[in-house]
Amino acid sequence: MLQKFGLIIFIAALGLFICTLGMNNYTLTSDILEKNFKEDALLDAKIEFASMIDQSYSNSYTFITELSEGIKQLNKVYNAQQEWDKKIYEDTILSIVKASANGYLVDNKGFMFLLTFGMAIFGALLFILPEAQKPAGIKNNGIYFNPAMTRKWLGISIGTFLISFYLALYFKPQYIANWTMLIDPVSKLIKGGEASRWFMYGFLYTISVLVMGIRYIIKYRHSKYQIIRTLSIMFFQTCIAFILPEIMSNLNLPSADLKNIWPLDYSFFFNYRLDKLLNSGAFGIFLLVWGIALFVVGVPVMVYFFGKRWYCSWVCGCGGLAETLGDPYRQLSDKSLKAWKIERYLIHGVLAFAIIMTIGVLYTYFTGSYNLLGFIPTESLKSSYGFMIGSIFSGVVGTGFYPLMGNRVWCRFGCPLAAYLGIIQRFKSKFRITTNGGQCISCGNCSTHCEMGIDVRAYAQKGQDIVRSSCVGCGVCSSVCPRGVLNLENAETGSRVMIAPDVLLGNLMEK
Amino acid sequence: MQHVVIIGNGISGITAARHIRKQSDCKITVISGETDHFFSRTALMYIYMGHMKYEHTKPYEDSFWEKNRIELKRAWVKTIDFEEKKLYFRLPNDDDKEAKIGGSISYDKLILALGSTPNKFGWKGQNLAGVQGLYSYQDLESLEETTQRIKKAVIVGGGLIGVELAEMLHSRGIEVTFLVRESSFWNIIMPPEESAIISRHIKENHINLQLSSELDEIIGDDNGQVKAIRTKSSEQRPGEEIECQFVGLTVGVSPNISLLKVPQGNMIGREKPAFVLGVGGIKLNRGILVNEYLETNIPDVYAIGDCVEHEIPPKGRKNLEQIWYTGRIMGETIARTITGKRTKYQPGIFFNSAKFFNIEYQTYGQVPAELPADIKTFYWEQSSGIICVRINYSAENQSVTGMNTFGIRMRHEIWDEWISSAKSIEYVLENLSKANFDPEFFRQYEAEILEKYNTETGSSLQLKSKKRFFSKIF
Repeated sequence: MLQKFGLIIFIAALGLFICTLGMNNYTLTSDILEKNFKEDALLDAKIEFASMIDQSYSNSYTFITELSEGIKQLNKVYNAQQEWDKKIYEDTILSIVKASANGYLVDNKGFMFLLTFGMAIFGALLFILPEAQKPAGIKNNGIYFNPAMTRKWLGISIGTFLISFYLALYFKPQYIANWTMLIDPVSKLIKGGEASRWFMYGFLYTISVLVMGIRYIIKYRHSKYQIIRTLSIMFFQTCIAFILPEIMSNLNLPSADLKNIWPLDYSFFFNYRLDKLLNSGAFGIFLLVWGIALFVVGVPVMVYFFGKRWYCSWVCGCGGLAETLGDPYRQLSDKSLKAWKIERYLIHGVLAFAIIMTIGVLYTYFTGSYNLLGFIPTESLKSSYGFMIGSIFSGVVGTGFYPLMGNRVWCRFGCPLAAYLGIIQRFKSKFRITTNGGQCISCGNCSTHCEMGIDVRAYAQKGQDIVRSSCVGCGVCSSVCPRGVLNLENAETGSRVMIAPDVLLGNLMEK
Repeated sequence: MQHVVIIGNGISGITAARHIRKQSDCKITVISGETDHFFSRTALMYIYMGHMKYEHTKPYEDSFWEKNRIELKRAWVKTIDFEEKKLYFRLPNDDDKEAKIGGSISYDKLILALGSTPNKFGWKGQNLAGVQGLYSYQDLESLEETTQRIKKAVIVGGGLIGVELAEMLHSRGIEVTFLVRESSFWNIIMPPEESAIISRHIKENHINLQLSSELDEIIGDDNGQVKAIRTKSSEQRPGEEIECQFVGLTVGVSPNISLLKVPQGNMIGREKPAFVLGVGGIKLNRGILVNEYLETNIPDVYAIGDCVEHEIPPKGRKNLEQIWYTGRIMGETIARTITGKRTKYQPGIFFNSAKFFNIEYQTYGQVPAELPADIKTFYWEQSSGIICVRINYSAENQSVTGMNTFGIRMRHEIWDEWISSAKSIEYVLENLSKANFDPEFFRQYEAEILEKYNTETGSSLQLKSKKRFFSKIF
C-alpha cells in the first residue's frame, strides 16, 4: 500500500521533471548575445539573430531549434572561412538558452527542485524502505514477470528515455537547459554559481547511486559483503567524485576526480589538462604524479592482492551506477560463448585504441607535430576516441542500454581500464571465486544474475575456480547461490584451481 | 563403433553421456520425452518464482550436444526388447493402451536413468484436476496453469519439495496450508533442534504449517476440480475440511519404473518377494535392482540415478538414495565401466544441501534424526534461532562422524577430509575456522561455538586459526 503510494509519487515527480523541459518562456536580448559571443563574432550573431531579438517565445522547442539553426549557419560560415576560433559550441548555446529563459520555473527554482527531485526521492524511498520489513534473504521473486526488467515495453521505454537523455546531454544540451536550472539551487549551495550540464549530470548520477544504493543494501542485507561494498560505492561517488572536485575548484585548485584512472579517464594526457596541472604549482604536480602512479603502481598492486573488484565494484563511478541504478537489469547480460568472444575482441580493441590515441596526444604535446609516425593524425584520433568511446560507448550505450543488455555493457565490452585490470586479474592475482567441492546443483542462479555475463555455473559444476578477466567481484553469484557453493577469495596465486578435476568431490571410485 | 543408449536426460544420464564422451569415441544417444535438452530439475522452483526462465536452467548451450557428438532424441520409450537389444518408442499422443509403435532404436549398451515420480498413496480424489506433485517439467507447466488465479492451496507431506512448493506458491500470493504428518517438520531426517528451527522458519514466512496432520481425502466439485481437502482426525486435532483450489502432493518420490513393470497378479496374502521380474526379465523391487557396479541382471544393461535400488548399498548408505549428487556420482562411475574399466559405485563421505526459505542447510557425514547409542552429539544454536551447527562424534574415540549446519557455509573438502580421516571433535572445533566458507566480512561464530563446547565439557580448547582479513591477503 505504502509502496504503491511511493511509486505513484515517484512517477508523478518524474512526469513533472519531464514537463519542466517546456515550462519557460524565452526572450533573446542583445545583452545576452553580448555576454556570450566574442567581440569579433558579435556582429555576425546580431545579424543572424536579428529576427529573434526581443521576441518572446512561449514554446521552448521552437526557440531552441531556431537558435540552434542560427548557430549552425554561423558555424558553417566560420568553417568555410577557416575561422575555427570563432566557432560556437554546445555550452555557449546552453548558456544563451538559460539566460533567455523567464517564467515560472526561473522564478521558483527551489520550489520546483523540491517538487521534482525532492518528491522523486521521497517516492522512491517510500517504495524501497518497506522492503526491509520482509525477512532478509535473496528475493528475486517476479523479476522475469516484470516488464521493466525483461526487455518488455517498460524496459524499452526506460532504455529510450536514458538514451535520449545521454544524446541530449552530450550533443544537444540546450534542449535540457531547464534541468540544469532545477539544480541551480544545489549548485549555488555547493559552489556558489549556476549549474553546468556536467554539474547537473553529476548531481543526478550521485542521487541515483545513493537512492538505488539504499535499495541494493536492503535487497542484499543478509550479506555484509554487499552492504560494505555498496557503502563504499556510495562514499566514493558522493565525496570523491562529486563533492571533492567542487571543493578543489572553489579553492582555485585544478579540480580532479581522484579515483578516475587513465585510460578510463582518457583525457588525462590531453594538452589542456597537462598544461593546467603543470601550471598549478605543487598541487598540480601532485595530481599529475597521483594520476600516473594510479595506473602504473596502484592498479597492478591492488589487483594482485584483491582482484579488479577493488576498483570496478568498490570505487569506480561507472561501476557504482551499474551496481545501484543498474542492479534491476543485471540478469539481462548475455551469457553465451559468442558474447564472450565479442567481449574479448571489443574490450581489448578499445584498450589498444586508447593507448595509441594517448601516445599520439603525447607525441603532439612534446613534438608539436600533428602526425604520429608521419601519417596518423593525432587530432582526429583524439576527437574520434572522445566521440565514439567517450560519449557514445560509455554514456549512450553504457547506461542507455541497461534495460536492454544488462547493467555492465560498458564495463564488459568497452572500458579500457577494465581491460587492463582484467589482464592482471587473469594472469597474476590472488583473487578467484572458489567453488565448494561437489555441492553445485547446476541451478543457474549464479550465471543468470552475473552482470558480466560469465557462465559461473559452467565452472561451479565442474569444481573449477572462476578466474576470469571480466569478473568485477560484485559477489552476487555467491549471494544468490542456494547451496553455498561460491565464495570470493584472495589466497596464494598458485592455489587457484584452473583445471577442473576428473570427477567431483564425493566420488571415491578407484582411478 | 558401439552404440550407447541412455534413457533419461537428467543429471545422471547426462553426466554419464559427458564422461563417456570424454573417455571414448563411441556413439551416444540420449533419449528423453520430458524436454529437448538437459535442464536442472532443482531449478524448477526458480522458474515459477520468476528468478529465472527455463532457458537459464539449461547448464549447457544447445550447440554443446552436437559439438560433443551426443545425439538427443525427444521421445518416450514404450518398451524395451532386451533380447534383440532394441527400444521401441511411443507414438506421439499415444495413450499407452494401444499397441502402436513409433519407431525403434538398437543399442549395444543401455543405461537406464529413468528418474523418479511423485508418490500417491491411493487417497480418494488424488487424480482430480488441481492435484499434483512437482518433479518434471510437465509438472511445472501444469502447476503454472492451475495456480494462475487461485487463492488457497494445500501441500501434503513435509519434505524438501514440500517446503519448496510452499515457498513457490507463497511467492505468488497464494495462501498455503502445509500438512505434515510428523509432530515437527522433517523430523524423520533431522534431529529435533534443527527440525524445530525449520518448523519455526516456515511459520515465520507466513505458511500455515499444520503438524501432526494427515490427509484423509481430497474433495472435488462437479467439474472434477479440487475444491477442498479433509484431514484425518487424530488425538491432537479433529479432522477438518480445508478449502483449496490446489493440492500439492509431496510425500516423497519413487523410482520411475512403470515402463519396465509387467502386471504381477494378486499378491495379497503372499509373502513379498525380494524382487519381481519386469519386462524381459529385469529384476525390480522398489527400483531397478543393481549390483555394486550398477549392472542390472541383464547383460549390457545398467541403471543409474533415482530409479536405482542397490542390492548391496555402499557402507552406511541406503539402498535408495534419490539425491542430485548421487545421481551425478553414478553417472561418473558408469562412464568408466562403459568405456572399459569396470568400476564399483563408491560414493565418498555423504553430503547434501538444501535451502528452506532463507535458511541454507549443508550436511556432511551421518547425522541421523535419532542419535545412535555409540554416538555423541554437540549442538550450538545462535540466538537468532536460524543459525546452528551440530557435530556428531564417536563416543568411543571422539572422531567426528557427521555434521549439520544452518546459516554457516562450510567447506566440503575440509569436512570430507576431517570425517574420512577420523579427526577428533576437539581437533575439529579448534580448527573450525578452516572450514568456514562464508563470504568476507560475515560474522564468524567459531569462538562462540568453541566456548559452548568448553562450558559443556569443562575443556579449555583454543581456536587455532581465525580467518583474519589481512592475514588472508598478505
